[in-house]
Amino acid sequence: MSKVRVLVGTRKGAFVLESDGKRERWEVNGPHFAGWELYHIKGSPVDPNRLYASQTSGWFGQVIQRSNDGGKTWEAPGGEKTPEPGAMPPPASNKFVYDSSAETGKPLTTHQWYDGTQKPWEFKRVWHLEPSLTDRDTVYAGVEDAALFRSTDGGKSWHELPGLRGHGTGPKWQPGAGGMCLHTIILDPSNPGRIYIAISAAGAFRTDDGGTTWKPINQGLRSQYIPDPTAEIGHCVHHVAMHPSRPGVLFMQKHWDVMRSDDAGDSWHEVSGNLPTDFGFVIDVHAHEPETIYVVPIKSDGEHFPPEGKLRVYRSRTGGNEWEALTRGLPQSNCYVNVLRDAMAVDSLDSCGVYFGTTGGQVYASADAGDNWAPIVRDLPAVLSVEVQTLP
Amino acid sequence: MIRVVLPAHLRTLAHVGSEVELEVEGRVTQRSVLDALEARYPMLRGTIRDHVTQQRRPFLRFFACEEDLSHEPPDAPLPDSVASGAEPFLIIGAIAGG
Repeated sequence: MSKVRVLVGTRKGAFVLESDGKRERWEVNGPHFAGWELYHIKGSPVDPNRLYASQTSGWFGQVIQRSNDGGKTWEAPGGEKTPEPGAMPPPASNKFVYDSSAETGKPLTTHQWYDGTQKPWEFKRVWHLEPSLTDRDTVYAGVEDAALFRSTDGGKSWHELPGLRGHGTGPKWQPGAGGMCLHTIILDPSNPGRIYIAISAAGAFRTDDGGTTWKPINQGLRSQYIPDPTAEIGHCVHHVAMHPSRPGVLFMQKHWDVMRSDDAGDSWHEVSGNLPTDFGFVIDVHAHEPETIYVVPIKSDGEHFPPEGKLRVYRSRTGGNEWEALTRGLPQSNCYVNVLRDAMAVDSLDSCGVYFGTTGGQVYASADAGDNWAPIVRDLPAVLSVEVQTLP
Repeated sequence: MIRVVLPAHLRTLAHVGSEVELEVEGRVTQRSVLDALEARYPMLRGTIRDHVTQQRRPFLRFFACEEDLSHEPPDAPLPDSVASGAEPFLIIGAIAGG
């Protein structure tokens, strides 16, 4: 029988939740890296036991962790104790240095700060790790201040793809409340050269040549919090999702507005429809129904909790516009948690499972595409990210 | 032999106990001690000093012999009792919530 492994990053460590295909009884392992912030953990599609984790701390900075056994044991790749004093140390797996070299890089320019002044790029942390679809040792990292890095040696060393940061609009990028983060990386399974990324608050971008050149893909977005609401750059995109069978169709949860693109991001139109509020962070697509999408509406940018204190997932079976509230098993009174941008995922069992984590430490699961929900765990630290692996 | 005491999270990361003992060649300074520490335990690179600037991370402090040495020049000699191993070099994480 198939198994499901849920990878949960929290403010104080990582947790690995496992169940058989019934998804009724769960084994909870953790905390791994207790006391550290785990922004994201994700497994390789090529080798599901190869996991990558972003471990960060305001005190000690960035660490990259890797597992080869599905999260039972971990190592900082390249960080092994040097056998002999004076021996050449291996590459540093937590070294994220912007490529400003004359040969391959782009000048280290500035971006907008909160007060509108310009500030040079400065690395802070890795928000998102996206393992390659074809090679278990290749993985992409989306970082704050926003840039895209790639490792081709299993996370031992990292190199920026500087064409994104340096493509020209950087001085107009600005941090959202959480920092100027590159939080979404989507690899197109049908086109190895095509990658979508999203930055808060700059917008969405696409490369069609493997990361050498990039273009903003924000036409149709409208944001009242920037001087020109339809500007090419400056939109606070919270998350973007794609179904692998239709890589040209994208769904976006923006700061406000749920959006859809049917032309690989070249244009967007709003599909918020009858949602009670179109503010939110997560968005995801059903594993087998490319027109079935999920969001968790949040009251507003000033009140990061569900409207009316009712935690509701909204599902659209029509690719947007027509939404239904999914409430069975979710708290429908006095609930004031948030669901952060990388904290929803789906499994690919026949009956699609949907999972999300909250800032209150609950991880909810539905084994029937959202009709019924139950908590796997209730009292973890605040959940930052949720990823799911469907295992044979 | 130089003795270095790490914050708890870095002990876990480096898989070491409460104290690390290091051989340091030449003058015993903040820089030479941290160079030796990072050479022996590469996973600590970037966690105490910035990879590029080599500046102390802002939420960490360096203490020894009941003195705060955090703002001493990195190439200034550490106290003789640290150089002799009588006293440890302490790397301390700021008490800043958590």
